[in-house]
Amino acid sequence: MVKAAQRILRVNVFGMFTRPFRTAFGTRAKSTGLCLVATALLLAAGVANSQEKFIIVASTTSTQDSGLFGHILPLFKAKTGIEVRVVAQGTGQALATAKKGDADVVFVHDKVAEAKFVEEGFGVDRREVMYNDFVIVGPKSDPAKSAGKDVIVALRKIAEAKAPFTSRGDKSGTHAAELRYWTQAAIDPQTGKGTWYRETGSGMGPTLNTASAMNAYAFTDRGTWLSFKNRGELAILVEGDARLINQYGIMLVNPARHAHVKKALGRQFIEWVASAEGQAAIASYKVNGEQLFFPNYGR
Amino acid sequence: MQDILQSLGLAFNLMWRLDPNLVAIATLSLKVSGGAVLLAAVLALPFGAWLALARFPGRDAVIAVLNGMMGLPPVVVGLLVYLLLSRAGPLGPLGLLFTPAAMSIAQAILIFPIIAALARQVIEDAWDEYREQLLSLNATRWQCAEALLWDMRFSLSTSVLAGFGRAVAEVGAVMIVGGNIDGVTRVMTTAIALETSKGDLPLALALGLVLIFLVVCINFAAQAVKSYARRRHG
Repeated sequence: MVKAAQRILRVNVFGMFTRPFRTAFGTRAKSTGLCLVATALLLAAGVANSQEKFIIVASTTSTQDSGLFGHILPLFKAKTGIEVRVVAQGTGQALATAKKGDADVVFVHDKVAEAKFVEEGFGVDRREVMYNDFVIVGPKSDPAKSAGKDVIVALRKIAEAKAPFTSRGDKSGTHAAELRYWTQAAIDPQTGKGTWYRETGSGMGPTLNTASAMNAYAFTDRGTWLSFKNRGELAILVEGDARLINQYGIMLVNPARHAHVKKALGRQFIEWVASAEGQAAIASYKVNGEQLFFPNYGR
Repeated sequence: MQDILQSLGLAFNLMWRLDPNLVAIATLSLKVSGGAVLLAAVLALPFGAWLALARFPGRDAVIAVLNGMMGLPPVVVGLLVYLLLSRAGPLGPLGLLFTPAAMSIAQAILIFPIIAALARQVIEDAWDEYREQLLSLNATRWQCAEALLWDMRFSLSTSVLAGFGRAVAEVGAVMIVGGNIDGVTRVMTTAIALETSKGDLPLALALGLVLIFLVVCINFAAQAVKSYARRRHG
């Protein structure tokens, strides 16, 4: 295709722009340049061009890194022929992407921020479709003696011991949740900034890498932890507190606000995730025999 | 140390059995950065040549700025292109965000100054040497630039390769404008970043080694073409 276009361009376009003062040493360079422009444009157009049915879903690193999407999206595509392109960001960034209209569907986990998003008219048709839970991981030796069920008590102990704690610090859903528990524990972690409280300002994975390297405590969702490989000396220390539920919501970017949103395809995806089939697909995803996400639409 | 050895083995293994995922990602990397280089070179080489020959007030300042732009932070370029291509931005209706074309554009902006600045230096040095000769042929400024560009093509190819190296190795810009979408905009560098964030450090490093290997291969090929052409056409 490119070759043919080059030939045509050389004949037509070049003929059109033939300049009277072309010289022996100028011609070759010029035609090469023109062909290069043509090729570059064709290449750019070729890669941009996609005839397939697809939607863009702004989602979080936890759903992507844990492998959930890799499991459920092929099932959805097999059924509907719709390709789901996932852009995995923190919840804060995912909502910002959607606000600009750069996604069709949002699939995130921060109830408070999601409610605000819908209230401000950026999203419609929000549904709560699944949950997993948060855990606190830390060094197996547990210098702060924080192990147990109660997340608030555990955070207090970590703060009292001034044990190193790595936080996302990136306005993600997990970061927002972590900050809520600190507030409930009546502790301002910012007082420990620069000493024991360390904000990495990055995703869950990089934060866990940092925690692993420093033997620090960290607040994480279970899904990311289970599929995380570079654990070093870290292990789960706090889990099972009812307050640690991590609810995921899915919603359509408001087509009234962004006319180009693929509302029919997007709705189809949301319907499927909430359907018995989609819910079963979520439940069937396991890492090392352990279920990562629990469907709960309509419950 | 053991991690590094493991990565070496893994890198070799991935390439040996031509892992289909790896092939797809590596191909996209080369396409995106190749497109970026074409786009940038077509604009930057003439610009560099023009700047080499032109004389105007403030030329030194333009050169200084151009040289400085060689250090453009990829993440800033990514943000800029993101804001331009976003649906809420001026070029939003094109729907280019999160496509390989957007990645090529971002990389092209990133490497334009590198190619232009290096070309400017090469052409200016050649201009000093051939000036009398070209002017005696009654060539116009632009014809001189063309002749020098063609004459210096072997030296200029190094500046283009430098641009390619920078484009194919950067992650900050393509992550933002491409979105690292599996099978659509995931390239070598964003895949490396992803595997790092999953804590699979050996795989991440293995992918890095594959990328380095590919870039070296391309430079070998370029070198071979260059010496062949030089022997034939002098």
